[in-house]
Amino acid sequence: MFKKFNIKEDVTGHTQVKSSVQRAIRAKILEQYKEGIEGIIDDVMPKKSPLILMKCHEHINLIVMNNEVLFFNHFDGPYFPTLKLLHKYPNMLPRLQVDRGAIKFVMAGANIMCPGLTSKGARMDVSVPADAVVAITAEGKNEILAVGTTKMSTDDIKRINKNIGVETAHYLNDYLWKTVVDI
Amino acid sequence: MDSPDAPSSEHVKPREVPYCGFCSLPPEYCEFGPTLEKCKHWLSRNDKVLYAILYNTLDDQLAAASLGETPEEDKKKAKEAAKIEKQLQKKMQSKVLIKRIERTKRKCVTSVFGLENFDVDLKKAAKLFANKFACGSSVTKNNQGNDEIVVQGDVSDEIFDLILEHWPIVPEDNIDLIEDKKKGK
Repeated sequence: MFKKFNIKEDVTGHTQVKSSVQRAIRAKILEQYKEGIEGIIDDVMPKKSPLILMKCHEHINLIVMNNEVLFFNHFDGPYFPTLKLLHKYPNMLPRLQVDRGAIKFVMAGANIMCPGLTSKGARMDVSVPADAVVAITAEGKNEILAVGTTKMSTDDIKRINKNIGVETAHYLNDYLWKTVVDI
Repeated sequence: MDSPDAPSSEHVKPREVPYCGFCSLPPEYCEFGPTLEKCKHWLSRNDKVLYAILYNTLDDQLAAASLGETPEEDKKKAKEAAKIEKQLQKKMQSKVLIKRIERTKRKCVTSVFGLENFDVDLKKAAKLFANKFACGSSVTKNNQGNDEIVVQGDVSDEIFDLILEHWPIVPEDNIDLIEDKKKGK
């Protein structure tokens, strides 16, 4: 999603949203992440701070607060937390671990293939349904490497062990990572 | 959500994650960036403890890993590193021109050119100048089609100081002051 992205060219406009819209976004995020975020939502998105919605090309929305991108989504899709946010609160999302060999490709923007999630260095300790937002960590690393949506459930990943397992939305060192928002 | 009985133990504090000052990745991922050597250098100066943890064990691994890496990949990496280096050098060489342009005999404007090479938001900078010097200041396109900031009034020396103070990444030697006198009628 952010293989090519330039904040100057690809943002069509940014607005401070109405408080009702802000509440709606907040409710949607809460519903989406439930336990993962309940304890921290007030820290992540204080109710009173102004929330800025940046509309970008290809229906990508960035949710910005205090000059920090917190979430992004595509069209009406699920909200993904950015990696900077995830590094602060790593327990927000279920985590899957890829093996060491996959890191290089993930950081070049590749989707995560099933074998990368089932091989020796990889771990899938949680069971996740298809189309869920997950964080990707890596063998031997503490920090989160990427965020994406599962294309099939973890059980299927184990069983089929072919094709794309997790579709990468945002990864370390992509253009969203490098973007500095300054409004 | 405002329930006062929420146990405080549930309150999760944000983790502080250090980021590499060179490539902005968490240091443990530096090895996958194109600028490992620079990152190592930065980390060894800024966080000795982490450096020791990461690279003492890592060096062995890396040695093993690089054996498996094809020369083609090595070349690719080197190319990328060179590209980044080049960009950085270009950035460091680019000049900022502060030009005093005479309008009439005793009135003039100051134009600032080349700030955008240092990732300065020109609109913000113009606003800052306007606030600071209490005068008109705007971003305009000059006849080459490049953006520059035009400040009304002769404030070149002040702008020089202000740029140094406000954007420390701009090296002092790269700022040039020029006077542009209109030829007398």
